[in-house]
Amino acid sequence: MLLLSSWCSERRDPERGSDFAGSCCAWDETHFGKMGSYYINRTFFFDVHPPLGKMLIGLAGYLSGYDGTFSFQKPGDKYEHHNYMGMRGFCASLGSLLVPFAYLTVLELSKSLPAALLTAALLTFDTGCLTLSQYILLDPILMFFIMAAMLSMVKYNSCADRPFSAPWWFWLSLTGINLAGALGVKFVGLFIIVQVGWNTISDLWHLFGDLSLSLVTVGKHLTARILCLIVLPLALYTATYAVHFMVLNKSGPGDGFFSSAFQARLSGNNLHNASIPEHLAYGSVITVKNLRMAIGYLHSHRHLYPEGVGARQQQVTTYLHKDYNNLWIIKKHNTNSDPLDPSFPVEFVRHGDIIRLEHKETSRNLHSHYHEAPLTRKHYQVTGYGINGTGDSNDFWRIEVVNRKFGNRIKVLRSRIRFIHLVTGCVLGSSGKVLPKWGWEQLEVTCTPYLKETLNSIWNVEDHINPKLPNISLDVLQPSFPEILLESHMVMIRGNNGLKPKDNEFTSKPWHWPINYQGLRFSGINDTDFRVYLLGNPVVWWLNLLSIALYLLSGSIIAVAMQRGARLPPEVEGLSQVLLRGGGQLLLGWMLHYFPFFLMGRILYFHHYFPAMLFSSMLTGVLWDTLLRLCAWSLASSSLARGIHAVGIVSLLLGAAYSFYLFHPLAYGMVGPLAQDPRSPMAGLRWLESWDF
Amino acid sequence: MFCWAWFLRVSPLHLQLPRWVTSFDEVYYGQYVSFYMKRLFFLDGSGPPLGHMLLALGGYLGGFDGNFLWNRIGAEYSSNVPVWSLRLLPALAGALSVPMAYQIVWELRFSHCAAMGAALLVLIENALITQARLMLLESVLIFFNLLAMLSYLKLCNSQKHRPFSLSWWFWLTLTGVACSCAVGIKYMGVFTYLLVLGVAAVHAWHLIGDRTLSNVCVLCHLLARAVALLVIPVIMYLLFFYVHLVLLCRSGPHDQIMSSAFQASLEGGLARITQGQPLEVAYGSQVTLRNVFGKPVPCWLHSHQNTYPMIYENGRGSSHQQQVTCYPFKDVNNWWIVKDPGRHQLVVNSPPRPVRHGDIVQLVHGMTTRLLNTHDVAAPLSPHSQEVSCYIDYNISMPAQNLWRLDIVNRESSTEVWKTILSEVRFVHVNTSAILKLSGAHLPDWGFRQLEVVGEKLSPGYHESMVWNVEEHRYGRSQEQKERELELHSPTQMDLSRNLSFMARFSELQWRMLTVRSDDSEHKYSSTPLDWVTLDTNIAYWLHPTTSAQIHLLGNIVIWASASLATVVYVLLLCWYLLRRRRSICDLPEDSWLRWVLAGALCAGGWAVNYLPFFLMEKTLFLYHYLPALTFQILLLPVVLQHISDHLCRSQLQRSLFSALVVAWYSCACHVFNTLRPLTYGDKSLSPGELRALRWKESWDILIRKHQ
Repeated sequence: MLLLSSWCSERRDPERGSDFAGSCCAWDETHFGKMGSYYINRTFFFDVHPPLGKMLIGLAGYLSGYDGTFSFQKPGDKYEHHNYMGMRGFCASLGSLLVPFAYLTVLELSKSLPAALLTAALLTFDTGCLTLSQYILLDPILMFFIMAAMLSMVKYNSCADRPFSAPWWFWLSLTGINLAGALGVKFVGLFIIVQVGWNTISDLWHLFGDLSLSLVTVGKHLTARILCLIVLPLALYTATYAVHFMVLNKSGPGDGFFSSAFQARLSGNNLHNASIPEHLAYGSVITVKNLRMAIGYLHSHRHLYPEGVGARQQQVTTYLHKDYNNLWIIKKHNTNSDPLDPSFPVEFVRHGDIIRLEHKETSRNLHSHYHEAPLTRKHYQVTGYGINGTGDSNDFWRIEVVNRKFGNRIKVLRSRIRFIHLVTGCVLGSSGKVLPKWGWEQLEVTCTPYLKETLNSIWNVEDHINPKLPNISLDVLQPSFPEILLESHMVMIRGNNGLKPKDNEFTSKPWHWPINYQGLRFSGINDTDFRVYLLGNPVVWWLNLLSIALYLLSGSIIAVAMQRGARLPPEVEGLSQVLLRGGGQLLLGWMLHYFPFFLMGRILYFHHYFPAMLFSSMLTGVLWDTLLRLCAWSLASSSLARGIHAVGIVSLLLGAAYSFYLFHPLAYGMVGPLAQDPRSPMAGLRWLESWDF
Repeated sequence: MFCWAWFLRVSPLHLQLPRWVTSFDEVYYGQYVSFYMKRLFFLDGSGPPLGHMLLALGGYLGGFDGNFLWNRIGAEYSSNVPVWSLRLLPALAGALSVPMAYQIVWELRFSHCAAMGAALLVLIENALITQARLMLLESVLIFFNLLAMLSYLKLCNSQKHRPFSLSWWFWLTLTGVACSCAVGIKYMGVFTYLLVLGVAAVHAWHLIGDRTLSNVCVLCHLLARAVALLVIPVIMYLLFFYVHLVLLCRSGPHDQIMSSAFQASLEGGLARITQGQPLEVAYGSQVTLRNVFGKPVPCWLHSHQNTYPMIYENGRGSSHQQQVTCYPFKDVNNWWIVKDPGRHQLVVNSPPRPVRHGDIVQLVHGMTTRLLNTHDVAAPLSPHSQEVSCYIDYNISMPAQNLWRLDIVNRESSTEVWKTILSEVRFVHVNTSAILKLSGAHLPDWGFRQLEVVGEKLSPGYHESMVWNVEEHRYGRSQEQKERELELHSPTQMDLSRNLSFMARFSELQWRMLTVRSDDSEHKYSSTPLDWVTLDTNIAYWLHPTTSAQIHLLGNIVIWASASLATVVYVLLLCWYLLRRRRSICDLPEDSWLRWVLAGALCAGGWAVNYLPFFLMEKTLFLYHYLPALTFQILLLPVVLQHISDHLCRSQLQRSLFSALVVAWYSCACHVFNTLRPLTYGDKSLSPGELRALRWKESWDILIRKHQ
């Protein structure tokens, strides 16, 4: 324990130092710090990651007296009087816990102190882990939960001989809790869930094959695992969302991403506690919102499509902000009389009715015709047409509620509606493409001849003004918690898929990562700035890479030898078990946290590799210890063998430490000329051309 | 059996009978066949070349000259198109897959009855027939998939008795060849290849564990398999590309996408221009510079008289210097002269002084004689990068910064000479170390919608959009500007020729094929993988111009439903047996258990590997992508039926009852086949009423003429 705490302090001290030195926010701190502030201010925002990580940051800030007023505008801003140490300190302490966790995991898997020491040293002396965990980022929190889950899984595996004992339950449920934590910080947490799941299934399969256990006992084992590894994490994960929605109850920058019903929950939003008529009637003034995320409201304005883009009629677009030009009047297709005339009775719009939508500000009708749309050539153009509401038969649309039969009224907010153009049979939709300058960079609206139901062509009515109808409170329309949960997940997934790299940009590729091909600039560019550069310690990383290759080689040699029935001496037998079982689990972890990135279409960054890097460092520890033992055993007598082993481990430790001494300015920050200059502190250390520090 | 299948499936109607272009894919494939006939180079991102080459072989044997305009579905073939021989090969492959289904089930050690059942089911599957009768590739792919599986099974069965015999070698090699052919037709073939590899790996693992074999013997086995299943397919795959590149030796419609070096290796096109250019770029050389990345469109470094607008629309200011852009068309304004900063002359000395890696150069725009310049002014559309301009001296405090260091990216030595076409170079600005880059954005009207060129300051690494190569090149001779303009307008002519190695051309072509993107993300008949299992979608291939005879890709719904059901039953039974065996209760004798597992691994596994990956794909998907998976699923059906009858029916009575049920079910499938026949063959014009009656599912799109 003493040993571990010393590690912690050793690790934290330098970090503290750099915290004080670098009083400017680095890189993604602008995002996550800002989100922490949002929690403190209770304003609603949207992010592609689940909320737990940011909530913890917010909590740490709150407890340490940060008031949520710093703006986190751009990298390089000074914190000045703002108290940010709590948030950074929280992330740094979670980050420093990674080392003891890795130490304990390897100790449990290999039962060898040198292996565990080697692993701990590799992680302590890695500049990348250090850099990543000294700022307000999600990664230290994510890695903390991943490593904690791994550790508790390994612990409960080693309790397998005493099932249903107190430590067994403790580690099992702790695994579940950490899984929930990992998933609650980033969706990448799914990989550790797969790993634990795989471990559990093989464990159960093993128990099931043990004929000395009755089926009832096996059933008990199964239930315990379902409870602790499925029910418990799910409950905790849902609970984080419950807290998230409870805390964030004020309208904020994230509103527009969510559906109208969702926005009604947020105080300060104009849908909150609003009361509007429930059913759509002729003469109502409405805004129409597309159901897909970040498309916005149906919009028109007094500008024509330019020459050469379909017919020169008024533009129709979608627009994310609330504006008078989003208002449309719903009218009957065949009369132009004013339905708001008090002498007429109220007539509701029903599913299947033929209607006309008149733009309130310009009195032009929503119109479509056989001209190709400005950007999506296979669709038809949508325009505003007619004078004072008088147009032609191309202005007629059939209004349909999705999944409904004929004759029903149409509800505000709740009904999902489609507009079908009567003459061409196409459906009103938005392609989501941005129009050029002439369209004010709003989004293209088209009429698509493909009738398949996609969210792009489904709309709902949001604002609704009709003086002849009674207003009802929107409270009854508030969505239930499961609905909110589902919606926020859909929005997050779509947001993640939307993060696509651009063609002409340099992007980080997964194959760059293990070879430490290129780092990430955290702060500072010019030679006068205080620069921090996220880059793994090349010695550690290349050793890891070599170890994976060596592991595959030695592992397959041993496996083939065992399959051929070669008789191994007991000592070798034990070592090969460590290599195959323990090492195999770590290799699986590395693969699960690395290979899925090859399949991802979203934009990737270097720091995505760090969870995998933790696993590969642990593998390195196990592998070198085992290999050195094997070497020593095959070469010499016992005293010399011990000597060889000790010398090997110590030289690896010293190598890692010396390389850390060389590369530590990357993490703690450097000032002065860039590395190509011989006067720079990093002169001669730019071993790869692609490192730009 | 084959003849029978042939007559039943193909001959009742002549293959050429719809003498019209019958589906959107026939349009594409037909185009490619025409290109092969005319030997024009083309690039197709949808798959490797073997499939197209096989179709083209059919055209070649039929004497097709490639003169037909494949532009719309429903166009009638002219008399020079040998429709019969073009469609022969897919039809042949489709007919052959019937006896192969029989063979596979037989080789899996199931009864003749089950094997016959499998063949009969494949025979009456409407979707497979439609796909085989037209000039499409799925049936050929299915043929090779089945062939790979069959030959592997034959190999396994001869393994026990006489390894290393002649027939053993034959089947082993055939497995590898069939796998590579499957991959060569469509990338999808990779899935079956991986499955075969996986099964072979498991068997090899058992072989390693077999202690009756000597170490040498095991090693021989492993080596033989590695050669046949890994080396042969790679060689075959390269061979397909080799033949492809040998056949397509003339420049064609997709030249522009390829690099200059590749284009220069084709007859005609760029080669005609670049043939005989001097190889080494020297001071005074006149060059055009093409961006290597070539996205969004291939283009050349360009400048013209117009200047950047003083103030942009968003209020930012510019330097008001002459615009530098990237222009996607050949133009006299694309010419630049490489100048030595230390001298004033713009002509090449004799002997020419070559430019080397690391040299400092200036680039002079040929028509305006202004120098390429960049400075600390934000670029018009990418404000984080520097503006690139041709320097005009306004006599204000903005000095010229026109020195560029030449950085040859693909150099072999540090004193490498800058070579035409072959060298890929970066221009690093001496003052600001910015790199000349194509940003990919289109300039607004003031820039004539040409592409923006910027100086990238914060280069985060190597990217192809910063790399340029010399395409056209000649040594400048004229001292005077007027003369020089004339010279720039004249075509380049000199003599010298170069060629790329096959591997270089292969790797470039393969890379472009994998990265070329088609933007047609929506199609009327596209569908999602979930629609396929339940047959919720169809594809209308063709409608007769006057009558309502039509061809649809539409499956035999009884077979589809029961095949899916069989898969579910198989998986459930397998789980049940596995659990019971784990508790040491063996329901099946060991040999029939092994048979059952192997059949499942190949058939259910074949279905899974050919179906599940589609959920991860982002390209446009169609119903016919499911057909390879379906074929494997159909093979599983008789296996499951026989298993139920053998092991789950306890008494003789149950067994006969079950057989009766199977017969009834099969006649039901035959009936469905017969009913859907007109839509499969397109030989009969149905009335609107009959057509409406055939629309069994809401989502089926059957074409009904409004005015008969």
